[in-house]
Amino acid sequence: MRQKLSNWTIIMFLSLILWAGLIESTKASNELPQSSQRHILERLSFGVTSAQINQVKEIGIEAYIQSQLSPQLVSESAIVNDYLAKFSSIHQEPIELQKQDLALRKELRNSQLSIKQKKKIRREIRKLNAQARDEAMDAHLVRAIYSDRQLQEVMVDFWFNHFNVDAAKGSVELWLNDYENKIRTHALGNFRDLLLATAKHPAMLIYLDNKKNTDPNSPIGKKRQLGLNENYARELMELHTLGVDGGYTQDDVIALARIFTGWGMDAHGKKGDRQGFFYYKNRHDQEDKMFLGQKILANGMKEGEQAIDILVRHPATAHFISYKLAQYFVADQPPTSLVDKLSQEFSETNGNIKLVLDTLIHSDEFNSPQYYKQKFKTPYQYVISLVRMGEIEQPNLKRIRGMLEQLSMPLYMCLAPTGYRNTQEAWLNPQAMLQRTSLATAIANGTLNRSYLIEQKQLNSNFGELSSNTKQVVAKSPRKLRSALIMGSPESMYR
Amino acid sequence: MKRRKFFTTASLATAGMLLPVGCNSWVAQRVNSASDRQRLVVVFLRGAVDGLNVVVPHQEAEYYESRPTIAVPYPQEQDGAIDLDGFFGLHPKLQDLMPLWNKKNLAFVHASGSPVPERSHFQAQDYIENGTPGVKNTPDGWMNRLLAELPPDRPTQALNVGVITPYILKGEMAIASLKPGINSAAPIPTDRPRVNKAFSSLYSGTDALSKAYQDGKKAREIVLADLNQEMILASRGAKSVNTFVDDAAEVAKLMVGNAKTQLAFMEIGGWDSHIDQNPAFDRLLPSLGEGLATLAQGLEAIFSDTVIVVISEFGRTVKENGNKGTDHGYGNAIWLLGGGIRGGNVYGDWQGLDQSVLYEGRDLPVTTDFRAIISPILQQHLAISNASLNRIFPDYQFTNKLYFLA
Repeated sequence: MRQKLSNWTIIMFLSLILWAGLIESTKASNELPQSSQRHILERLSFGVTSAQINQVKEIGIEAYIQSQLSPQLVSESAIVNDYLAKFSSIHQEPIELQKQDLALRKELRNSQLSIKQKKKIRREIRKLNAQARDEAMDAHLVRAIYSDRQLQEVMVDFWFNHFNVDAAKGSVELWLNDYENKIRTHALGNFRDLLLATAKHPAMLIYLDNKKNTDPNSPIGKKRQLGLNENYARELMELHTLGVDGGYTQDDVIALARIFTGWGMDAHGKKGDRQGFFYYKNRHDQEDKMFLGQKILANGMKEGEQAIDILVRHPATAHFISYKLAQYFVADQPPTSLVDKLSQEFSETNGNIKLVLDTLIHSDEFNSPQYYKQKFKTPYQYVISLVRMGEIEQPNLKRIRGMLEQLSMPLYMCLAPTGYRNTQEAWLNPQAMLQRTSLATAIANGTLNRSYLIEQKQLNSNFGELSSNTKQVVAKSPRKLRSALIMGSPESMYR
Repeated sequence: MKRRKFFTTASLATAGMLLPVGCNSWVAQRVNSASDRQRLVVVFLRGAVDGLNVVVPHQEAEYYESRPTIAVPYPQEQDGAIDLDGFFGLHPKLQDLMPLWNKKNLAFVHASGSPVPERSHFQAQDYIENGTPGVKNTPDGWMNRLLAELPPDRPTQALNVGVITPYILKGEMAIASLKPGINSAAPIPTDRPRVNKAFSSLYSGTDALSKAYQDGKKAREIVLADLNQEMILASRGAKSVNTFVDDAAEVAKLMVGNAKTQLAFMEIGGWDSHIDQNPAFDRLLPSLGEGLATLAQGLEAIFSDTVIVVISEFGRTVKENGNKGTDHGYGNAIWLLGGGIRGGNVYGDWQGLDQSVLYEGRDLPVTTDFRAIISPILQQHLAISNASLNRIFPDYQFTNKLYFLA
């Protein structure tokens, strides 16, 4: 009996091993096919690299997705850190840059100065601003290219365009890096926090004029003859939350503008927390307001926060953000079923961006092969992807900036508050094709790094399966041109 | 000789096209008989220009009451409006246009715009450009549809400068585009025969990318053939730092030089004056005025056959806002220039600025649909049939009420 039992135990034990093995092999066969993994990598990053391919081989695609959804758990790449250490202006508090700028401008108003002295001061102002702008751009590019937190950077691209500011307006350029960092902090966080961070940020206060928005009957309004400015209130609803068809009226625009009176800028860093924001009570409209059918009791700065809560919880916002995410990640004409699913998740989680993205990435729609390679890269996505997939080291960042300008998508320079679009309709045209193929040729020939030759082998694996036409043309073309052709191929222009 | 070669190339490659000029300008070409000399230039002021400070109702007390700090002063006062007809005046920074007004080559239609009120810049621009106000998803722009309706030999290709094609030009008619500016003819890698050959075979299909690539090559050939020397350097070499003025000179040059060039589109941004409007206008208006005067002067030889329309997405609030600016409003003034215009008049149904007549109590109402201004130009000036007009502005019943064409 005892013998029998122990035999039975052995059998049990062996079958357990077998069973475990089966699970192991089931898991392996359940692993997504290569094309699906590639699709995920292409949409969650700015271009597939050999390091990413190896990482996914090692930990599996699901673990990769989860790590990307929690960027705080991914350590930043040493390349990024080394680069960032070199950019001095981004390590200064932006309020300090702003103060330097204001001090120089004050000096310039001194009528005693000679023309030569004035010229010198003007040069200094230009230098200060240009350095802040260029270093913010380079820091941005380095992260997009080399960060291991790729999804976070993809979301920075998405949200920066959603909450667009134009570097050319006022002193926005001094605040660019800080503004983008605030967006980065909340890129996968809570939508309300993100929205509030932009509402209070000097870049936005300058760009959409809210820093001047004042109740005409307030003490400051009367003293300085200032009044309401609807610019921010309108775009806050039209572009940041409800969408143009979100059901608000002109009265809501005015009410919201009144609610945000006094949300201004402290350019001298004397008040508040040196973040550049200050709530000016003496500019605020102290009356009650009706906003989107709700009574907002006079409550100072809290009214703005209450309005933001109302906007964040509004179903139109859930739909608008979901539509834009689905368009960015899935298709120019996103499937309604997905938009609905995401809207529901957005509403239920009160705007938890990470969970909405998690739902998106695991949806049938996102994973349907009909959407593979259907998103035409924006000029920005295209150029960054060539640098990543070509694994180009130490690229000439200034030249990359120039390329983006040439392709009509200069970094931080979208004039309209809509931000840059990400659809094929917006970016595919004859001139763009000539420019893209020309840039691909130039990059393949080393224009971004003279001493770095692009390895054909590397290209082949990073660019994935090429179409038979591309393969044929590449095969019969001179060896010297092959990298250029792969970089300028249709496969490299879609993600 | 060179110029002739350029045009031959153009017409060999295509039956007609939209040609690029400068940063934000497009002209359309088509093959046609010599009798079709009529030209149309549309200038879009993006951002919603404040029409009440362009064509100033200086006899309206409400105008001055509503704008205590930004109103344009009475004609007799310092920096005052230039009187036009005893009631309206022109912003003084547009003085370059006064010779045209005096020659009766300039008119305005006040209180005009889209019949569908819309205070979103982007939505409102879309409505003016797609020509179907209220209908959002119209796939094409009305100038592209117009290109398709121009008789008798339909143009088959269009070309623009600037990498982003404006909605007004989007549509079935092919658009080829070129990079603006002085470097249009600078060598690019795909000019090299071997590179060209390789990419041409990569993009030899019928897919969207291939089609775009092939159109781009055609456009490129035209540029390399002639545009560099004749068209670009000539005017780009001028000392003007103002791109709009330069662009206007180029548009004129192309339109005068070639009977096939009939349509042009130009755009200027920067009019969204929520704060400190007057300094912004003092900066922007002179170049606009000078540019339009340059265009008119350049087109002198064919000015009798030219209509220039200046339009914006909507007007701005009658009252100034709290920051010496104006917010999004509704009605605006549309500008009309040309030898065939019965100029020297401000047209439109002006109902005053009393709050009771204002749209939502705050904005100039729209009493003239912008299509009522474009339509007679298409019909009488470009000889577009009723059927064609219905395709260009579908679901729109046009009845002429203005008679601003001679």
